[in-house]
Amino acid sequence: MPEKIYDAIIVGSGAGGGMATKILSEAGMKVALVEAGPFFDPKDPVTATQMKWPWESPRRGASTNRAFGDFDMSWGDWKVDGEPYTQKEGTDFMWWRSRMLGGRTNHWGRISLRFGPNDFKHRDIDGLGDNWPISYDEIKPYYDRLDKMVGVFGSKENRRNDPDGYFLPPPKPRLHELYYIKGAKKMGVDVIPSRLSILTKKLNNDRGVCFYCRQCNRACNAYADFSSSSVFVIPAVNGSGQVDLYVNSMVKSVTTDDEGRATGVSFINKEDRKEYQLKGRSVVLGASACSSARILLNSKSKQHPNGLGNSSDVVGRYLHDSTGGGRVGFIPALMNRKTDYNEDGVGGMHVYSPWWLDNKKLDFPRGYHIEVWGGMGGPAYGFGFNASDLNKHVGGVVGGYGDKLRDDVKKFYGAVIGMDGRGEAIARKENRCELDPKVVDQYGIPVLRFDYKWSDYERYQARHMQDTFEELIHSMGGIPLGDKPTKEQDYGLLKPGQIIHEVGTTRMGNDPKTSVTNKYCQLHDADNVFVVDAGPFVSQADKNCTWTIMALSMRTSEYIVEQYKKRNI
Amino acid sequence: MKRRDSLKTLLVGTIGGATLASVSGCQPETAVDSKTETNPEGLYGRLPKEIEHDEKVKAEIYLNEHELATIAVLCDIILPATESAGSATDAEVPAFIDFIVKDIPSHQVPMRGGLMWLDSEANRRFNKEFIACISEEEIQIIDDIAYPDPDGEKPEMGPGIEFFNLIRNLTVTGYYTTRMGFDDLGYTGNFANTWDGVPEEVLANHDVDYDPEWIAKCVDQSKRLTIAEWDDDGNLLT
Repeated sequence: MPEKIYDAIIVGSGAGGGMATKILSEAGMKVALVEAGPFFDPKDPVTATQMKWPWESPRRGASTNRAFGDFDMSWGDWKVDGEPYTQKEGTDFMWWRSRMLGGRTNHWGRISLRFGPNDFKHRDIDGLGDNWPISYDEIKPYYDRLDKMVGVFGSKENRRNDPDGYFLPPPKPRLHELYYIKGAKKMGVDVIPSRLSILTKKLNNDRGVCFYCRQCNRACNAYADFSSSSVFVIPAVNGSGQVDLYVNSMVKSVTTDDEGRATGVSFINKEDRKEYQLKGRSVVLGASACSSARILLNSKSKQHPNGLGNSSDVVGRYLHDSTGGGRVGFIPALMNRKTDYNEDGVGGMHVYSPWWLDNKKLDFPRGYHIEVWGGMGGPAYGFGFNASDLNKHVGGVVGGYGDKLRDDVKKFYGAVIGMDGRGEAIARKENRCELDPKVVDQYGIPVLRFDYKWSDYERYQARHMQDTFEELIHSMGGIPLGDKPTKEQDYGLLKPGQIIHEVGTTRMGNDPKTSVTNKYCQLHDADNVFVVDAGPFVSQADKNCTWTIMALSMRTSEYIVEQYKKRNI
Repeated sequence: MKRRDSLKTLLVGTIGGATLASVSGCQPETAVDSKTETNPEGLYGRLPKEIEHDEKVKAEIYLNEHELATIAVLCDIILPATESAGSATDAEVPAFIDFIVKDIPSHQVPMRGGLMWLDSEANRRFNKEFIACISEEEIQIIDDIAYPDPDGEKPEMGPGIEFFNLIRNLTVTGYYTTRMGFDDLGYTGNFANTWDGVPEEVLANHDVDYDPEWIAKCVDQSKRLTIAEWDDDGNLLT
């Protein structure tokens, strides 16, 4: 049998790889999609967790087997069996991997924010980090098409750095969110309807409409939210006949020829634990920012002695994650609520606060947005722990048992509100992932070693978050719970990686000496290799990265199609 | 083409004795069906390794009969039946606690040690184990450990207070994550519905309102099944 040569080999089936699979296959290119995890379809009743009851889990949803709980639809979390990662001494980066078709998009928060004009040129504003080689105006047409292709609810707000799009209508706020809106407005914090890729209205005939179970993290069997599995990959595999899907196939490296151009990939089949190769005219990496960097670093050859695309020594560098901090408050006015209505809503907040201040007047350079949670959610493991403690704030008796305890549980149900800040960190060259010189995973592939430290830019931002949360809780008539994090605790700043927005490891730029890809996410060092995950991000913005991953992947994929038609690849 | 036909993976044994050098460029040829048989009821989408883990945990024995009997008594002191709701043992909370201390091993020593502490305390006061006590005697001990002691007025009760907090937490969580608990709490979610805002009568009890300008942006649920179309400025037309 003659050797099959694919037009493109796509590595990873998440947001970036899924988009590339759709665009390239629909353009008639013959595609191999290579995924390290098994097949997954949110519709498959065998693996589905959506709409299950807590008592179906013997641990009532506790996190023994899955870090975000028994019902969370991520196969793999901070740990993946047999696939460790290591840390430089004194650092602690957390890395989430979902090993399954669609990757992390099966359980993500669906927060779908465009980056704004400032976000692409932030160095011009504060002199920190670097500008992107592209502007908002260049990406806008792709965001516009993405909105219509995938669906996102939101509202027109005419905020310069939070651009509007083609939105489905947002859901009405829940009760605790009305308290948040009122409290935020009173203190001058902006608040608008949230922007999530959940179908509150029919988008097309292929996908269902949200039925308000609040369980997007379990993957939607009606395909009413965005998962790359349901929205991109499965339709592409079923539809065009152009896609060969390889699952349980762990890509180790990109193979290259004497000219240093890619010839395909080398991968481990997890089922027989043997190494195989696929041949392709181009390779599109969408394995996730860190995994794609790892593949490039492991692709050493005579032509690329420092790893493929790494003549600049920039692969793995400029790694940065969103900052994170949170606080919880008790709202006495929400005690003894009427419970006889279903408040589940969509899977996530119905309202949020985009960044509302000017950093020129603050002691930290970049902004953050605030996510809000609360309400009468479905009980799971942990529900009712220390149920009567809130009595101490309202003159009641803490402790007890019997009918008094039952009354306490009901009295305080839905009376707690939480806020999480998600902010922009400064990308720094020293923060990186690199190959560990000694450690391999169970497939014999050198693993990543992380080396990431926060700076005062992020710490002072976290301090501002905490001050804001406290003020917001008071403004809502509430009482902040727990202790305010101190300087010694980095003001509650979560660990790098913990927000799962890691970006920047193969950053784009016009200068091959200081960047890995050009503005089309094409390697400077090998013109038939592209990166479509969050690796090419120059900076993260105070937004979530997925919507920009997909807009960039669409743009890069169409560039690949163009190059293919011109026979450049 | 059916999904199952289009899924490709390599089959073990199709390339005998393959090595890195010899398989360069080889192609996977065999389509396999990734679907498995439907899970037995109650497995809520478990992966094989999770089923294996759970079976292993279930087969282990940690708490003994006496400990479980004591837990049952405590559970029903913590959440006895009411006119409208069953008790913690009606909701099978002891079985949940039996499982969860095996599943989360950090609970084990505090649970076992706390139960032993309770028996010692009952022995000290009444010269018998806790479950042999009459109701008034049980309650006499429980009243000493069911409330915090922030000023350290009864230091000898410290371990008991800590233990009671643990078993109260596990009892409440175990109870309110059952159908019986949902009904008692009034949680009515986890079924398909259409969220159209906080009911009027609920809003009336709170000092918050829907801003008409905000609501005008929100979904009109009567048109949710009409396919979205926009004008060039992003205004929804349908």
